[in-house]
Amino acid sequence: MTQTPVMSASHLARHYSVGGGLFSKPQTLRALQDMDFELYAGKTLAVVGESGCGKSTLARVVTMIEEPTKGTLTLDGKPITPAEWGAFRQAVQIVFQDPYGSLNPRQRIGQILMEPLVINCPKMSKQDKEAKARQMLEMVGLRPEHFDRYPHMFSGGQRQRIAVARALMLDPKVLVLDEPVSALDLSIQSSILNLLIDLQERLGLAYLFISHDLSVVRHVADDVIVMYLGRAVEKGTKDAVFDAPKHPYTQALLSATPIADPEAEKHRIKLTGELPSPLNVPVGCAFAPRCWKATDKCRAERPELTGSDHLSACYYG
Amino acid sequence: MSLATNTPARPSALREFWYYFRENRGAVFGLIVFGAFLVIAALAPWIAPHDPTMQYREYTLVPPVWQEGGSWTFPLGTDPLGRDMLSRLIVGARFSFFVGIVVVTIASAGGIIIGLIAGFAPRWVDTLIMRLMDIVLAFPSLLLALVLVAVLGPSLTNAMIAIAIVLQPHYVRLTRASVMAERQKDYVTSARVAGAGLFRLMFVTVLPNCLAPIIVQAALSFSTAILDAAALGFLGMGAQPPTPEWGTMLAEAREFILRAWWVVTFPGIAILITVLAINLMGDGLRDALDPKLKRS
Repeated sequence: MTQTPVMSASHLARHYSVGGGLFSKPQTLRALQDMDFELYAGKTLAVVGESGCGKSTLARVVTMIEEPTKGTLTLDGKPITPAEWGAFRQAVQIVFQDPYGSLNPRQRIGQILMEPLVINCPKMSKQDKEAKARQMLEMVGLRPEHFDRYPHMFSGGQRQRIAVARALMLDPKVLVLDEPVSALDLSIQSSILNLLIDLQERLGLAYLFISHDLSVVRHVADDVIVMYLGRAVEKGTKDAVFDAPKHPYTQALLSATPIADPEAEKHRIKLTGELPSPLNVPVGCAFAPRCWKATDKCRAERPELTGSDHLSACYYG
Repeated sequence: MSLATNTPARPSALREFWYYFRENRGAVFGLIVFGAFLVIAALAPWIAPHDPTMQYREYTLVPPVWQEGGSWTFPLGTDPLGRDMLSRLIVGARFSFFVGIVVVTIASAGGIIIGLIAGFAPRWVDTLIMRLMDIVLAFPSLLLALVLVAVLGPSLTNAMIAIAIVLQPHYVRLTRASVMAERQKDYVTSARVAGAGLFRLMFVTVLPNCLAPIIVQAALSFSTAILDAAALGFLGMGAQPPTPEWGTMLAEAREFILRAWWVVTFPGIAILITVLAINLMGDGLRDALDPKLKRS
């Protein structure tokens, strides 16, 4: 790939300090560690993993809601520091999972769409703002009369369209999609996904697509990162990861996706045990306690993410 | 299709508010009564048949007109000093409304701002504010108001300030609790991602979503303010005689309750009806202001 990335992250980490009452020491929760990735215009990077693996923390760090504890984020080659968040804000926007909580119930759709412009473009005239909001409403497939309605008058899918429209109001370069369809009906899911793909083609957006649903990821992604307990365990193009998964965790995840073919052979790898507590990460490979390939080496030493194009963090993958 | 673009203009905000407010009959009744009292309070000096402080010495404790011995000169009778009850009630409406409005305004404005700060501030500021409010709440409210008035000096103005301070913690707690709940929601985060500053988040994004319980609290504390002012008046720390304040009237007439029922009953009924009307109205207000209760 000769293209320069729109956004890149290196060694991104986010730690939380939890507990720390009167008698207990605060503990460090390592929600995200050592994430490296690049986002390219018009491309989708999907991040998959089970709940609690740090996907949403990643979204919050990338959208500058939370400061990274370590590591750097760069946008168009310029490093983003918390002091300059204001200037970079417009370029990275987010769509949340729950369309029922992400729209202010007291604002009409028009106000919701115009708010980013009111905050960021004080020079723009009111007519221009309204015109842009109406145009955006049409772009996401809603009707002009929806402009003056309240969010509670819409269905989940329509609300998600509104959330997408709001995220696009500032002409961002990067759109973080934090499980954008997992709260929706299956029939609505595909229409929202198609809308997102369509918008990406038209506007040349870079997507960071966070999901736990592998069939959705297969539909939209160009590249995939598989996360486990705050770390990337496998990284590669969609085809490489889906067709030849290297890491045992990825293999287990893939074997769990339903295949719509009753004749197909199924080799379901069943994982036992739970995700270890991120407060107390095992010394070696975090996946070792649940892995069928694990050896003493895995338990003693953590494997690094290695490989050239298709990376994996496993001694045996 | 041209039909889609040709939709009728949406009704003005006020008309829409009225449409939903009208649905609640009790609220409309409350509004009418409240409006009537407001008109009476505003026009009191012109409506009252007598001077409220004028003492007709030869007509002490005259019963109301429909009872034996009553006359149309004093439709609701007179008090032990021969002052016309009706005139005193009409002029007293002024004081009660004044007390209610001033107290609620001071208490809610202060309480909302402090509550918002507590909800958004770092944890230690929040803890500091809330412990302070707990201390205020831990005192019996009337006793605290009494102490404050004793320090400031007895007058209606000082009584109002004291009551406002005593009522304030309720607003702080209510505001903080709803701010905490709202702050977690994604729409607040997305406003932050859009670049909203702290003030915008506090007053434009979060506050409107917290208003419904605060409005109900304001309506309820309007009546509490009237009652507390009356109690302070009774203890000689509020409105000073001969001010025709309802609570003070009630207190002054206490010893005549068995001999002349009208001197205590009418101020009591006036307070009751006002408080009831305000509470009904507050309820309707909440229904009309909450878009979640609206039908599309």
